[in-house]
Amino acid sequence: MANDVQLSADGKLQHLLHIEGLDKTLLTQILDTAESFFNHADGSIVKKPVLRGRTVANLFFEDSTRTRSTFELAAKKLDADVLHFDVKGSALSKGESLKDTLQTLQAMHIDMFVIRHKENEIPIYCAELVGPRTAILNAGDGNRAHPTQALLDAFSIRKHKGGFEDLTVTIVGDIRFSRVARSQIAVLKTLGVKTLRVAGPDSLLPEDVSAMGVEVHRNLDDAVSDADVVIMLRVQKERMDSDLIPTTDAYFAEWGLTPERLKLAKADAIVMHPGPMNRGIEIASEVADGPQSIILDQVTNGIAVRMAVMSLIMSGRH
Amino acid sequence: MTTSPKTVSAADISQLSVAELCAQLSQAVASRYSQASPVIVGIHRGGFAVAEWLHEQLGAEEPVGALDISWHRDDLKASSISPHVKPTRLPVDIDGREVLLVDDILFTGRTIRAAMNELFDYGRPSAVRLAVLGQRSGKELPIAADFVGAEFELAGAQRIKLNAETADVNTWNLELQHGQ
Repeated sequence: MANDVQLSADGKLQHLLHIEGLDKTLLTQILDTAESFFNHADGSIVKKPVLRGRTVANLFFEDSTRTRSTFELAAKKLDADVLHFDVKGSALSKGESLKDTLQTLQAMHIDMFVIRHKENEIPIYCAELVGPRTAILNAGDGNRAHPTQALLDAFSIRKHKGGFEDLTVTIVGDIRFSRVARSQIAVLKTLGVKTLRVAGPDSLLPEDVSAMGVEVHRNLDDAVSDADVVIMLRVQKERMDSDLIPTTDAYFAEWGLTPERLKLAKADAIVMHPGPMNRGIEIASEVADGPQSIILDQVTNGIAVRMAVMSLIMSGRH
Repeated sequence: MTTSPKTVSAADISQLSVAELCAQLSQAVASRYSQASPVIVGIHRGGFAVAEWLHEQLGAEEPVGALDISWHRDDLKASSISPHVKPTRLPVDIDGREVLLVDDILFTGRTIRAAMNELFDYGRPSAVRLAVLGQRSGKELPIAADFVGAEFELAGAQRIKLNAETADVNTWNLELQHGQ
């Protein structure tokens, strides 16, 4: 990505649209910056006035609870003013109306848009439209990218495992339709994870999976064996009871993470999930609530990582 | 607090013994804290080296703290954040404690203003004192140090930098830089 719109000519982050095109140094800088927002005495997140006087607008064209909430909290912990622009009914597509909406909001002197959309590449289109004066943060587009989720996952792995070089990380489930999986693979490869595995039923693996530079497993026991990190992905409701997934019971039997299966991983392996979870479909409750699960810690880390991205993008901007 | 700090001209800075300055500073600090020791907190980066050294000299039991002031800088809009933002780490709860803030050079006072904001993000100390290896003219805020190793006579554009790469104070030196 030679002329990546998310980087300035001197390599500074202008927008966050996807992980592809960001090098290890920049990704590490984001993780280190996120670290600086924690109070190390009690693990809480400290409020910092980095975005005082700035306005952040949340534009969610697709429902979201935790991502929207953590973006809002992150902006507020940086002292920004936060505007929720309600765009229910995602009938708005890449036409004039989205352009009008953005330009109207820009006229209100919004400094940063946090955008989620069901269509791929809408955030890129927005970034090209608003220019370098206003920042775009992709909070998930279609099945293409969810960069802040991937960054918070990388942060959580580093926090619990100390690094990436010696790790075996397994991502399980719907790889094909998951923007989370795509961004996770990009971030973990760039950060140098030793062995990156993906596993799922054939119907949920992308056609180009062999070109993704990961180990592909079609059996969960093999995929989990000796892993340091097991990331379970959400099975999307709309894929269930279709020809992709016959029944949820059958899915759980073959692809659900149970305590027995988790025993195949390293004894100190951690279990992650981007949420919201389907208990009893991709993950057993005993695992989700068990001592190896860091699922709730991921949520906390998501606030700090989003603070880091917002701070780095807005620094040096008038 | 004790004797007034010695005055050093720009020409003499490179020959100055930093170890001697440190000793002077530590003496001043020690006489003030003969009873209870404060929480010693250094400002990244130069201030932290001095804080570690003072901490060792005073034999303080609690570990030394470190402050990164990046998020409270008043020029965030104008300049990019340093790529090395380090987490602030305070060894103990500072609520109700006396804090000794340590920096290398006191110049405009803006760093200290930011450092106090950073500190107060974590609690309400009973008092905050400031110890610096040296101070110079150019103050832009009403902030003064309580303990000073030396007074430097510099022209406006001149800058001074502490090089403290190792823990051994005898290897430290002050570098005079000529600004634009």
